[in-house]
Order: sequence, then structure tokens, then C-alpha cells
Amino acid sequence: MLYAQILLNGLVLGGLYACISVGFSLVWGVLNVINVLHGSFVVLGSYIAYFAYVHLGIHPFVSVVIAGALLFALGYVVQLGLINRVVGAPVLTTLVLTFGLDLLLNNGMLLAFSADYRSVQLANPLGSKVIAGLVFPLDRLVAMLLAGVLTGLLYLLLVRSKIGHAIVAVRMDREAAALMGVDVKTIYAITFGIGALMAGAAGSLLSLVFPISPLASSEYLSIAFIVCVLGGLGSIAGAIVGGLALGLIQSFGALFIGPEHGLTIAFVLLILLLIFKPTGIMGRRGYE
Amino acid sequence: MRHPLIGLGFFALIAFLPVFGDNYILRLGTMFAMYAVLSQSWNIIGGYAGYPSFATAAFFGLGAYTGAILQGLGLAMPLAWAAAGLMAAAFAAAMGAAILHLKGHYFAIASLVLAEVLLEITTSWTSLTGGGMGLNLPIIRMSVAAQARLFFWSMLVLAVLTFLMSWYVSAGRIGFALRCIRQNEDASSMVGINTTLYKIIAFVLSALFVGSAGALYASWVFYIEPPDVYSVMTTVRPIVMTMLGGPGTLLGPVIGSGIFLVIEEVVWRNFLSIHAAVLGILIVGLIFYLPNGVVGTAMRKLRKRKAHKVETRP
Repeated sequence: MLYAQILLNGLVLGGLYACISVGFSLVWGVLNVINVLHGSFVVLGSYIAYFAYVHLGIHPFVSVVIAGALLFALGYVVQLGLINRVVGAPVLTTLVLTFGLDLLLNNGMLLAFSADYRSVQLANPLGSKVIAGLVFPLDRLVAMLLAGVLTGLLYLLLVRSKIGHAIVAVRMDREAAALMGVDVKTIYAITFGIGALMAGAAGSLLSLVFPISPLASSEYLSIAFIVCVLGGLGSIAGAIVGGLALGLIQSFGALFIGPEHGLTIAFVLLILLLIFKPTGIMGRRGYE
Repeated sequence: MRHPLIGLGFFALIAFLPVFGDNYILRLGTMFAMYAVLSQSWNIIGGYAGYPSFATAAFFGLGAYTGAILQGLGLAMPLAWAAAGLMAAAFAAAMGAAILHLKGHYFAIASLVLAEVLLEITTSWTSLTGGGMGLNLPIIRMSVAAQARLFFWSMLVLAVLTFLMSWYVSAGRIGFALRCIRQNEDASSMVGINTTLYKIIAFVLSALFVGSAGALYASWVFYIEPPDVYSVMTTVRPIVMTMLGGPGTLLGPVIGSGIFLVIEEVVWRNFLSIHAAVLGILIVGLIFYLPNGVVGTAMRKLRKRKAHKVETRP
């Protein structure tokens, strides 16, 4: 029974992790840019949800849309104005640039919102339900389901829509896509915007689960890293598999070795995986 | 031959700082020397070899804890510093053999994770490291002024040693091999350069003095805790300094450290709460307007002027 419960908790956690990572993975896969801003984007999404709830009474499940839209706009502008100028430059350049931008954004949030931890206290939470001896935390469960729906929508966008096709085409072969009349810079901006949108939406959902503070951004970024490398880069399936794997590793690691070592185990696994199978579980080689 | 002398002259100028006798100035001088050690070391792997290493904090923190623990066991300070350097170098050799076959982002992440893992291990191994409580170092029986001088001179000597290592690398066979690797690794190995060996040498050299600097830092500040010595900033600062000065050049990291320290001091003093944001703006400006750093850009301009002169000669 204990194991079943931990399995359940791990999967719920993993679903949220997948939602954090899917946008990060998309940006990395298509642009070959590790977006160090991603963690701060998630936190910003959480803040939007927090203030929308406290001041306007909008439920975080609804503010997913607002946070997503605002962050899409932010991501689009940042990519179009700044990052587009260095796409294709050596890894160090793009990494350090996004790191610098993250320092700006994170410091800005620290000034605006302080480092205090906040959390959304729902007036009427769904609570939890016990079914067959298993505790189902309903708010978390709905958050995870919504995360799943969002990820599904992103998948549909990539597979069905014209923009999605353009994104996939640019990922496969940038030059050829440009020759076929795809405006690569705009597609990059849209892709980065979608990455930010997913981060904001994830942050909005996470506002119910984790405490909100600018300090949390590096942890979200680490999670996105680990999930991406675990699952394999650039595919949505990879992010889901990686997310669930990380959720399970953390839950079971906490049981067997102690809750304070959850992230250590994940990091050690990450290093081992990098050494022996850098393509990740899903085994698709992305950029170097 | 000119660049090494300029560099040594620069360090000689710094060596005159104690004349001012002011502890604040000495502290700045010590910081500069420490930054110079870190940035010159990073330059070996990141500048010459072009491998985006994010492992500086791992070497620094490992060195700090090794030095602190050995001093706690009663080892003399200089021996503890040397041992810390060797420990970091050994760690770099082992880890380098494992992760240097990765490229680009994968190498960057793997090297970044090294510090995270060490941070977690250090935090949880309470019996040895004091865990999250941190570690106090043995007190030195010396006046404050004498201590300030001791650490200033030690750090400066370390910076000069790092400079000499850097010089040796850039002028010799290793530097040539590393530049080849940066240009085109596959081609280099095809013409018979043992790329694996040289990459590991570069990684080890980039760790050796950083480990000692970490131990020296620990002795200097008397108290270390995991998030302090394994901080991401410890990793990022040397990168920014090197990019500021000019990656892959001998003088770049030294000059970059000096400029960075001045900016940091001005900002720290006047705008404490936006310190990180200013660093962020500095980074963004660097990438867009000065991608080759101060030294790199100046050298390009000089070269162009020379070429121009040759062309226009009647």
C-alpha cells in the first residue's frame, strides 16, 4: 500500500515536472539554446497566479491562461530582440547571455516581490479523497491533469498546425526550411514564446503545490535540465517520460535513502546518464 | 614575448598595494588576485580549448573544504593549500576522463552538475563537513593587519603561479593542441593530436590553482558553508571576467579580473540590491558589443591597422 501511494505521489509530481520541462526541451531542441531564464519564467507564472488570486479572486486553474499569454508575449519579445542575435553562436555565448538575462529578471522579481515565500491559500480547496486506502490530493491531481492537457495541446499544435509544421521543419533543417519560405527568426520567436508560455502555465499550476519565491527559480531550472537529459532532448514524449522518471526517482529515493537526498540521487543519475547514454531514455540525439 | 612581461609588470604593480597600508585596499588586492586565479584557470579550458566548463565552483568548493578539514586536523596552512589544489586536480582528472567526451551543452550541464553533487554531498556529510552549519577554521594567532598581508601575498603568489602556468600553456605544445581542439576537434585528432589527453590536461590545469584558491579563501574568511563556496556565481564570475578581458588570450583574464572587480566594487557600494541585475546588464552588453573582450578587440584593431599600413605603403 505504501508503495502504491508513493508511486501515485511520484506520478503526480512527475506530471508537473513534465509540464515544467516540455517548453525548455522544445526551445533547446529547436533553437539549440539552453534557456536559463526558464526557471524564472516558471516563478513569474506563479506570481501572476498568486496576484490574480489575491487581488482579483481568479483561481490559479483559470489564470493558467493569463500567465501563459503574458509569458508568451515576454518570451516572443526577448527572443526577437535579443536572443535571435546570437542563435548559432558558440554554446558559451547563448548560455551566458540567457544567464545574464536571468540575473536581470530574477533580481527584478526579488526587488518587486521580495524573497519571502508566499503560497496561494485557496478559500475552498478541493481537499483530498481516500479511495481504496490511497490518498488522492485533488488539487494536485487536477493541476497535473491540466498540465497533461496543456502538453497534449502543444503536441497537437506541433503535429497539426501550420506553425507547428514550420517549427518542426526548422528543427530538422534550418537552411532548407528558410529556402521553403519559412521565416526562421519569427519561428524562433514563436518557439521561444511557446516555451515561456508552458513555463508560465506550469508556474501557475505549481502555485498551488510549491511555495512561491524568486529563489525557487534555480530549482525549477535544475528540474528542467534533469528531465531533459533523462528523457532525451527536444521531444514531448521525452519530456513526459523524463518528468515521470524524475518524479518517481525523487519519491522512491526519499523513501529509501531520505527525503533530503532526493535531488542528489537525481543529479548523480544525471551524471551517470550523461556519461553512458547522453541521448536519454528516448534515445534521440539532438544538437551537441 | 611582450605579453608575458606586461602581465608580470601588472602583478608587480599590484604588489605595491601594501604600501598604502589600508586594509580595504589590501582586501581588494586579495580579491583581485583570487579572481585572477579563477579567470586564468577557466581560460585554459574555456578560452584555449573552447570547452564551456561550468565546473569552477566545484573545484573551488572542493578545495575550500579540503583545506579547511586538513587545517582542522592540524596540517600547516601552506601544506593544506597545496593539498587542496592537488585534490581538486585529482577530482578534475577523474571527472574529466568521464565527461570530456561530451560536447557543447551536454558538457556544460555535466560540468555544472559536478558542483551541485558536491554541494549536496557536503551538506549531508555532517560529521566531516559540519553540514549546513558550515565549518569554522582554526584561529591564526596574528594581528589583523599581519593576516591581511599574509593572505594578500599568498593569493598574489598563487595568481602569479597561475599566470606562469598560463604562459607555459599558451606558448607551448599544450596551447597549440588546445587551440586546434577549439578550431576543429575531429580534424585535430585526425592529424595525430591526442585530443583526449590534452583535454584532460586542460581540465586538470583549470582545477589545480582554483582548488588552492578555495583553500586560501577558506583560511582567509575563517568560516565556510556549502552554498557560499559552491555558489553558481563562483562559476559565472570567472567566465564573465575572461570574456570581458578576452578569452583565449594570455592577458585577457588578468585585465578582465581587474575591470570586473572595479565594476563590482562600485556597484556593491552604491546599489547593493540591484547587484545581480547590473551584472546581468554587463553580461548582455558584453555579448552584443564586445564579444572578443577588451584585449581581443584591441588586438584585432592593432592587426587591422598594421595590415592597413602594409597595404598603403608606396
